[in-house]
Amino acid sequence: MNQFQYVRPTKPQAAIDAVAKDQNATFIAGGTNLVDLMKRGIATPQKLVDINRLPLTKIEKENNGLRIGALALNSTVADDKQVRQKQPLLALALNAGASAQLRNMATVGGNMLQRTRCSYFYDLAMPCNKREPGTGCGALEGINRMHAIFGFSDKCIAVHPSDMSVALVALDATVLVSGPKGERRIPFADFHRLPGDTPEKDTNLEKGELITAVDIPDGPFTKHVHYQKVRERASYAFALLSVAAALDIENNTIKAARLAMGGVAHKPWRLTAAEQSLVGKPATEESFRQAAAIAMQGAKAFKHNAYKLKLGPNTIVQALKTAASAA
Amino acid sequence: MKEQAQNKQIGAPMDRVDGRLKVTGGAKYSAEYELPNMAYAVLVGSTITKGRLTGIDTKAAEKAPGVLAVITHFNSPKVPGFDTAGKDPSQPATVGGPLKIFKDDKIRYNDQPIAVVVADSWERARFAARLVKGQYAPEKHKTNLEANASEAFLPTAAKKNPKHPMNDYQRGQVDAYKTGAIKLESEYVIPTEVHHPMELQAITAHWEAPDRLTLYDKTQGTLATRRDFAKEWNLPEENVKVIATFVGGAFGNALHSWPHESAAIIAAKVVNRPVKLMLTREQMFTNVGYRPYTWQKLGMSATADGKITAITHESVGQTSTYEEFTESTLAQTRMMYQSPNVTTRYRLASLDVCSPIWMRGPGEATGAFALESAMDEMAHLLNLDPLEFRLRNYTEQDPEKNKPWSTKFLKECYQLGAERVGWNKRQLKPGSLRDGEWLIGYGMGVGTFGAHRGAATVGAQLRPDGTVLLQCATTDIGPGTGTVMTQIAAETLGLDPKKIRFELGNSSFPKAGTQGGSSTVNSVGPATQEACLALKEKLRTLAGAAFASAKKEDVTLTDGYLALSGSPTTRVAYADLIKQGGDKAVTVEAKPGPEGQKYSMYSFSVHFAEVRVHELTGEVRVSKLVSCADAGTIINEKTAGNQMKGGAVGGIGMALMEAAHIDDRFGRYVTKDFADYHVPVHADSPDVQVAFVNQPDPHVNALGTKGIGEIAIIGVAPAIANAIFNATGKRIRELPITPDKLI
Repeated sequence: MNQFQYVRPTKPQAAIDAVAKDQNATFIAGGTNLVDLMKRGIATPQKLVDINRLPLTKIEKENNGLRIGALALNSTVADDKQVRQKQPLLALALNAGASAQLRNMATVGGNMLQRTRCSYFYDLAMPCNKREPGTGCGALEGINRMHAIFGFSDKCIAVHPSDMSVALVALDATVLVSGPKGERRIPFADFHRLPGDTPEKDTNLEKGELITAVDIPDGPFTKHVHYQKVRERASYAFALLSVAAALDIENNTIKAARLAMGGVAHKPWRLTAAEQSLVGKPATEESFRQAAAIAMQGAKAFKHNAYKLKLGPNTIVQALKTAASAA
Repeated sequence: MKEQAQNKQIGAPMDRVDGRLKVTGGAKYSAEYELPNMAYAVLVGSTITKGRLTGIDTKAAEKAPGVLAVITHFNSPKVPGFDTAGKDPSQPATVGGPLKIFKDDKIRYNDQPIAVVVADSWERARFAARLVKGQYAPEKHKTNLEANASEAFLPTAAKKNPKHPMNDYQRGQVDAYKTGAIKLESEYVIPTEVHHPMELQAITAHWEAPDRLTLYDKTQGTLATRRDFAKEWNLPEENVKVIATFVGGAFGNALHSWPHESAAIIAAKVVNRPVKLMLTREQMFTNVGYRPYTWQKLGMSATADGKITAITHESVGQTSTYEEFTESTLAQTRMMYQSPNVTTRYRLASLDVCSPIWMRGPGEATGAFALESAMDEMAHLLNLDPLEFRLRNYTEQDPEKNKPWSTKFLKECYQLGAERVGWNKRQLKPGSLRDGEWLIGYGMGVGTFGAHRGAATVGAQLRPDGTVLLQCATTDIGPGTGTVMTQIAAETLGLDPKKIRFELGNSSFPKAGTQGGSSTVNSVGPATQEACLALKEKLRTLAGAAFASAKKEDVTLTDGYLALSGSPTTRVAYADLIKQGGDKAVTVEAKPGPEGQKYSMYSFSVHFAEVRVHELTGEVRVSKLVSCADAGTIINEKTAGNQMKGGAVGGIGMALMEAAHIDDRFGRYVTKDFADYHVPVHADSPDVQVAFVNQPDPHVNALGTKGIGEIAIIGVAPAIANAIFNATGKRIRELPITPDKLI
């Protein structure tokens, strides 16, 4: 690991200044991803600004929704009574991620900012445009069974690894950030980016901007929800593919639906057209299959991930079936 | 109760003698030795796969804080044994040898060490290691087995010796399955699997004098390691001491001497300080062996009434360019089933990779995946229950060696396992059972491994405090060697196990082989037993008239006294024996007798799996796993059961998730951590049920043991693969069986 400075401010503005004014400074919260990246020489910050003392851990009611502090721990959020009542999908997605030990360290803001798990990104001796722009994408013609089927570019086919973010994009969350130019709100769907020609940029955060909270509006999705994560072992693995599904059902007719996929794109992948196709339909397997077909439109596979073209719709159907039957 | 326990130690589920030390952190592993003036070493690996090193930029590393030395092939001291190795006329013809680190500019595999950085702290060494940059002249490399299978060859050892077991085998007619009435021909692939014991490979090398070397090393054989490094440095063996008191798992990867060990010894020489070198988890993928990627083809024919008429089993396993690694992939096929015609052909493909090394159930576990899958395929073709098919082809004597089995209780294992798993629920037609979206299936797989026994020596002495100390150079990589030896000694002596201490893991102790091939209890067990008998006999001769006429077997050691069973008043206090002076110690070697000429000796196991496969997502859950073994006498039901469970969990990993992938364009692994290389977590394993037949084998040794370590995993992967077929009708012949293969 490289040598670095370490500061631990107690006020948000001090933290923002510390990062905004220093090209080589970065925030650290739980550190569950950043420390790994530093140990491997992938991230080489010269200054770490530890934000764990900032007062950003609260989970509270705010207007017509919940406001979750950026430093609330993944395990705290997953166990929170209000979250479980009002946004059970978020709790399910959080508990599908990582391990209990990691969830006890990882924060909400950090979870959103975790880097891809693409093997080429993690190996300094391999080409990777995300790690080192201009070196090429190792996965494009390499071993790409974990990689994207939507929204990729020829510069990068990596996927975003977060489970939590798949639920948050489905739930129409908003990210609250505070930065050198003041505060702003970013709709969750616009928070992460597609790779395009700049895969080194994962999000639309500006230098020095600090995530302070996530707002989730109250909605009808308190019962018929499910997070279906398909992975190679029963626990503690990144998703081959995952689906967040939420339904509002009345008299077996779907009044509203939310659907998003993980493990398929450079960002959590909201399936708006598929959602719309479900509205007014009966909550049956046939409706779910039709929605799944719509969801997969435009998907394209690489050498080793063609299975996702089938696993995707299957998992959507399974998630919707489970959500519909949730009591 | 206590009385009973004292009389019957063998078989008792005794707690591990070192359990408390292990769970409290008191057990010291090889990375945990701290010596005065210690330095720390970190390896730098090649980023190309094949070619030459044209230069190495070490300037920045040398200037980094705390750095003591950066050693490369440009400045490494000459290792004298590197020049003489292979030139010893008493050694068999060369089939290569371990990599000679820093000897030349050649790159033979990706991440081959090109430099070692030594610093005053591990962190500083690790930092500086990243500053070392190699310059290369790359050459075209080969890392894909299938692409190079056409160049596969018969191992050199087999070419030179027609009796070598790696030669082609034939009984009856060649490839007779091709003309069989009902036949199948299938290809199977197992990927590279990596041992990954919890404890990383680590060594501390200490030159106590210019010609005296002490190694605190992770090894499965203290004497093998001593021999290798004595040779490397042209030292008398007694000048090298190897200490491996605790080994945190190994599964075979510490059965070989690796470049990092040589690097630590060279580094200690250069900086003239003790040097500790620990591999990183990433380096555990690249520099300490693995189960080799293996392609297999199995042809089988049978009659309509379920008698096998012929089997042909071929395999191509990968090895490195500098060492020919072979394993018994085809052994089980030659002896497990009654078949008049059997052909086996074993080949190697040399690739630009690090050498493989035996991984639990070496060879046999690979071969059993093909054989036991093919048995299931044939049973399905015949519309026969796979257990019934195996019974119809059961061997009552070894068809390969034409000898009687020393013992074989595999039928009993079949029965025990079938009952426990609920085999009667299995339907002949795949896809018949379901629970909602989960398809349910049952499968079985058989395993076998030679009941190997080697010579071993154990020292035993009565101490003034009335305890008995036993010593042996054997190691304990986790099965509980110290515990079971204590039990054997306690039963033989009639002494409370708490009064016995069995020390191991030190090359200065009496000789024993490496802990590998399920041979430790078979070999060291009888040596312990005979040493204890000899000790009693020695004490008896010192104990006076009352004992002189007593029968040997009546003499026992009790708490404080040498006593005669059946005559409680006849006893002599240890204190009095000790006072007599003289030696109260014995050292006894126990060797296998001629029984091996008369009998064919094997352990046997069968594994039954119940799996649930999600029809939409392809996820597999092993809901039941039952492992039954004929391993001879069970010395400790608890530690033996523990070994069986560990093997079964290893088998789940092999079947469902373990695979190390190389990107052949670069020759470099893309799976270099536990996020990419999956091993089972708790949630992947059911509560594995274990049953032992527990019948002594009187021919292997007087204890009746046959060995457990390998048969615990051999046959598990095909049991799961067969259960998946029974659940889904999908036959997956390439491991691991991940969800993408099932949807």
